Parts: sequence; structure tokens; C-alpha cells
Amino acid sequence: MKLTRKLTAGKILIYLIVTLVALICLLPLVLVIIVSFTAEAEILRNGYSFFPHELSLEAYKTLFKNGGEVARCYLNSVCITVIGTVLATCITAMASYSLANTSVYYRNGIAMFFFVTMVFNGGMVPWYIMCQNLGLKENYLALLIPNLIFSPFNLFLVRNYMRELPASLMESAKLDGANDGVIAFRIYFPLCKPILATVALFYGIAYWNDWWNAIMLVTDVDMYPIQYYLMKLRSDQNFMKMLSGAAGGSAFAPTESLQMATAAITIGPIVLLYPFLQKYIVKGLVIGSVKG
Amino acid sequence: MKKRSFIKDIMKNPVSYLMLLPAAIYSLLFGYCTIPYMVIAFQQFSYKKGIAGSKWVGLKNFEFFFKSKDATHVIFNTIRLNLLFITFTMICAVALAIMINEIQRKKFKKVAQSCYLLPYFLSWTIICYILNGIIGSKYGILNNILASVGMDKINFYVEAKYWTVILVVVKVWKDLGMQMVIYLATITGFDDELYGAAAIDGASRWQMCRYITIPMLMPTVIMLTIMAVGKVFYGDFGMIYALVGDNGMLYDATDVIDTYVFRTMRVIGSPSQAMAISLFQACMGFICVWGTNFIARKKFSEGALF
Repeated sequence: MKLTRKLTAGKILIYLIVTLVALICLLPLVLVIIVSFTAEAEILRNGYSFFPHELSLEAYKTLFKNGGEVARCYLNSVCITVIGTVLATCITAMASYSLANTSVYYRNGIAMFFFVTMVFNGGMVPWYIMCQNLGLKENYLALLIPNLIFSPFNLFLVRNYMRELPASLMESAKLDGANDGVIAFRIYFPLCKPILATVALFYGIAYWNDWWNAIMLVTDVDMYPIQYYLMKLRSDQNFMKMLSGAAGGSAFAPTESLQMATAAITIGPIVLLYPFLQKYIVKGLVIGSVKG
Repeated sequence: MKKRSFIKDIMKNPVSYLMLLPAAIYSLLFGYCTIPYMVIAFQQFSYKKGIAGSKWVGLKNFEFFFKSKDATHVIFNTIRLNLLFITFTMICAVALAIMINEIQRKKFKKVAQSCYLLPYFLSWTIICYILNGIIGSKYGILNNILASVGMDKINFYVEAKYWTVILVVVKVWKDLGMQMVIYLATITGFDDELYGAAAIDGASRWQMCRYITIPMLMPTVIMLTIMAVGKVFYGDFGMIYALVGDNGMLYDATDVIDTYVFRTMRVIGSPSQAMAISLFQACMGFICVWGTNFIARKKFSEGALF
């Protein structure tokens, strides 16, 4: 393709549109961060703004000094995300190895067993009853196990990757007397690092962003993950506004900047991990959606 | 390989089967074991009595849903919103992918892509805060602007009529980047020689786009659209519930089957009625998935899901 460096009107227009859309995607996040640094009095006077006159660290100070509930929920989220991601990735990787292992005669039948659950399941109500029956309510396991700990989509992603590895690898290891466990953990998993990273990030994001398990199975504030806490914060505040009429903002309602600060620290890990997310997840998603 | 019995296979590969076990147990419990519970759609289910002890009521639960005035608008809303989401996200993503492809500065391309993708990784709760920052009635940016040009502030959270637009914009904003990446990957895969030949024939960039890129992108566009249409009966619960929540004033424009099922179960506390609606949804959904997959298989053998 001939590369022309000349700037034409059409090209300028393209640059303009692309930049504009990029700003639209980015600015709302910037707003959250700016508001979290804005002085409360300023917000009450002028509303949210990209260019506040008065900055303050008050919201973050309050958050870190006596965050109490926020700190606790944040910690819940971090723990659940870390434990969940590690477990989920292990489960997926192990199952994928067995499905890619050509000496397992029934591997395709078993793959079908997993695939069926992907397209067909009972839905919300049976799932809820099942969780009740298994005792997955009002405890941390309820946030960890249902819904997120294993996904057939990721299983097939990893299995397809493992299938591409040369079969002689497994054969020669077997001749040397290694069993499947050793082959999987010592040879296959290290070779599959890129796809395992993709899958781990999939699980990690799903755990970090999850509030479905919390809304369905947990009622104790001490166990809320931060996402659900944020959601409750808003709906409770609306509720209080309704009760107190136009006056609003009762003494114990969190201030506007404090709310935004909480939202900002919730976005934090995602922004930190963003370079990895882009690198691995995009690859995984493109494979998953284009190649089926 | 010779056929062997399942037990023999397990004996031969004990470690492999052991490694399969956690995933298999999970799929069994949360996949297969949930299916029998679907019969509670025909019961007056109580958590205490279980399936065996609950009273059978025939089609009463279905009757209740379809006779209520909510049925039509909930179903209609789900389909309407989904079709709008699919159409607008697709158009914007394709347009953006083609434009990005025209840009030659690698750095610029990369930075722009990073910006587009960021919203995809945010949870709906965070987006709820962002949305409130923009259209909130008291402090929102949009209302500040309206006020500063002398117009009346709009209280978006009580006016259902704006919400179709709001939801579509938010959805496109969130999903645009990811879809764009898929289309861009497809475009980058096209053969460069085609463009070279076109350039020799004196085609302009616009003509190349019109007669090469767009026609060649069509199969991917149609395939992804067909797959999305297959899920047209499933509303985005996370999105609607996080953005609208229990705000009854907006239900006219925003209530979808999934949020309705959720409310029936958790607020009204009737799992059987919720299951009936959900079963109806699953059946319609199954027909849609099967139908779209049938079309996909006929038109593009590669694109079929199964």
C-alpha cells in the first residue's frame, strides 16, 4: 500500500473525529477524578466541573483516616479477586489440559458436557435455589464460588491454545516417565503463559467488577465487595433524599466528593492493570470472537 | 485409537480425570442440577417444602404474567433496547475501525485505541456514578451547561422519555472500543495487494474504502450481528439495574425481562412466577439462537456457533 504523508481535508477530518471520540471515552473518568479532588463547598455551590476553583484532599483524607466500611469492603474485594482469580485460572488450566490430552479417549464427549452448560441452563431462579441448597449465602464462599469460578468459554480458549502445541512434547515427556500432573504443571502451563494471563485477567476483571453475587446472596454490610457498596451508597442516599425531602444531604450521608473518591479508588486497579489488560484481553477476545 | 469403556479410560488416565474434576463438579452443580428446578414454573414453590412438597398449579404463573399489563411492555422494551444497542454499536464501531485504519501514525493510533477500550473494563456501578456526574439533576455537568445558557435544568432521573437515548449512548460508549478492535483486526487481516492493485488503477482512499474494505468487512459484521440478535430476548441486567435501579418512574422506558424477573423474585418474593417468565424467555431465546445459528450456518459455514 502506498503511504502518503500528505494531509488532505479528509484526513484532518478523520484525525478530528478520532480524537474527539477518544476524548469522549476518557473525559468522564477524568471528571470522576477531578470531582474527587474538589472541595465539597465548591460542589454544593457550582456543581461538578472540569475546572474547579478550589481543590482539596479532604475526601481522600476522610477515606483513609476513618474509611471503616469503605476500607473493609475494599479489602473484601481485593481478597475475593485474588483468591478467586488464582483458583479459577487453576481449575480452567487443569481441565483444559485434560481436554487437550490426546490419550483421554472421551475428551470430546467431555468437552460437549461443558459446552451444553454454556448455551443451556436454568437461569436466575434455579441458580438462586441451588445456591441456597448448597449453603452459599451470607458467607464469603457465596461471593467466591457461584457464577465466576469457572467459565467454559475460557476453558475452550485455553484448550485450543494447548492443542496447537506439538504432540511430541507430551509423548517424549511420557517416555521419560512423567505423569500427566507433572507434564501439565511443569511443561504445558509455562508454555501457555500468554493465554493463561488472558484468562486470569478475564476472571480478575469479572471478580473485581462483580456485584451480582452480593446482591443475590449477601446482606451483611461487612461482607460487601466494594462495587456493591458503591451501589448501595447511591441507592441509600437517594432513599434518604426522598425521606428528608428537598433538604437532602443529612448528617451521615457521604459527601459528593467522598463518593467520587470511593469510585476513583475502585477504578484504580483497573487503570493500574490497564497495559496488561489491553495486551492480553484484546488478543483473547479477538481470537474468541473471530475464530469462534 | 481403539474404543474403550469410560471406566477403563479413567483407570488409564487417573491424573487427567482428577484434574477435570473441579470444573466438572462446578458444571454439574450450577449447570445440569439447576435444570430440574425449572419445573417450579408450574408450581407454587416454597423454599421450605422444595419441589416435591410444593403445590402444582398448572399454567397459572404464566397466566399471571401475560395477563398483567407489564408483559407486553417488558418484552417490547427488551427487544427494542437490544436492537438499538446492536445497530448503533455496530455502525459506530465499523465507522471508527475504518477511520483508525486510515491513520498512519502508529503512536496516535495506539493512544486512541487505549482510550476507546477503557470504558469496556469499568463496572456498571462506576458508570452509574459517571452518568450521575453528567446528567445528575443537582450537580451534573450537562445541567450546569443548560443552566449557564439560560435554559431550565432537566431532572433526567424522573423523566422516562430521555432514557432510551441515554441507555443507547451509554451502551455504545462502553462497547464501542471492544467491537472496534474486532473489526480493526479483521481489516488488518485483509490482503495488501488488493489495495496496491486499486492504487495502481488510480482509486482514491475513499473508493478503496467503499469498494474493498466495506464489502470485505461485511461477513464479519453480519456474523457478529446475527450472533447478537440471537440474544435479543436477554436484557442487560447489570446495566439496567446499576443505572436505573429501583427507580419506578423510569420503568416505562427501561424495564426489561431480566430486571422484571429479578424484582418478581427478590422484591415480590415469588420464585415460581419469576421462573415462569424466565422459562418463557429461555424458550424464545432458544428459538432465536437456534434460528440465527441456522442462518449463520447456511450463509457462512465458518460463523456457526454449533
